[in-house]
Amino acid sequence: MLPLIAFGILSVVALVSAILVITRRNAVHSVIWLIVTLFAVGGIYLMQHAEFLFAVQIILYVGGIMVLFLFVVMLVNLDVAVRQAQFRRQWQLALFTVLLLVGQLAYVLYNRGRGLDLPARPSLPEPLRNTQAVGQVLYQNYMLPVEIASILLLVAMVGAVIMAKRKLE
Amino acid sequence: MIPTEYYIFLGSGLFTIGVIGVLTRRNVLVILMSIELILNAVNINLVGFSQYFRAVDGQVFAIFVITDAAAEAAIGLGLFIALFRNKETVNADEIDLLKW
Repeated sequence: MLPLIAFGILSVVALVSAILVITRRNAVHSVIWLIVTLFAVGGIYLMQHAEFLFAVQIILYVGGIMVLFLFVVMLVNLDVAVRQAQFRRQWQLALFTVLLLVGQLAYVLYNRGRGLDLPARPSLPEPLRNTQAVGQVLYQNYMLPVEIASILLLVAMVGAVIMAKRKLE
Repeated sequence: MIPTEYYIFLGSGLFTIGVIGVLTRRNVLVILMSIELILNAVNINLVGFSQYFRAVDGQVFAIFVITDAAAEAAIGLGLFIALFRNKETVNADEIDLLKW
């Protein structure tokens, strides 16, 4: 019962602050509400015994990516944008598309009353040390993806530097 | 023990909110933030299934998704700064240099 209540609180916080992210006029407020959403999602990871992912979420997402966002928001003069219209002219069409998406998701999740129809849960014991288990899988089974991810980060770093440069010579 | 369906419901709700943000907002920064919401919805699903199948592979994939999010944020914000320097606007529908 107690985990269910905690999950309910965390998911309500995540969804409400996500709605606030996309409706706020000022981008700084959006960033702050996005940080609240990320903390709530991190709490959900913690409830699922994904402690390492929780730490990654807090350090990388909240501490890294969101600070980057906040930095850019502060760098750019948003006074003009705050006074302009916040939504596109085709927002009715967009909402219709989203309704189609919601219908598809509901159809798949309902599945004629049978729910998700998952295969049987394996009766393995839960790995005791989460960080150790993640590290072993990451560096044994997923060695090549790790290398690809490192190259991706290198390319992103070089690309960001080049794009933010004032003039290419 | 929370049923896996609940994580899927939360993930799809967060995903839908993110899609609404991408499709309706004009501010490029808020569109980038909505993409972060979508990636988080994906991560919730991955971790939910990872816990259901008692395998940490889903969490490893969630780490890769976070890596992608970091790369995407760096590139996206770099593009945004370059754009703002040339066009002085934050609205996605005013960036129509290639339209005629």
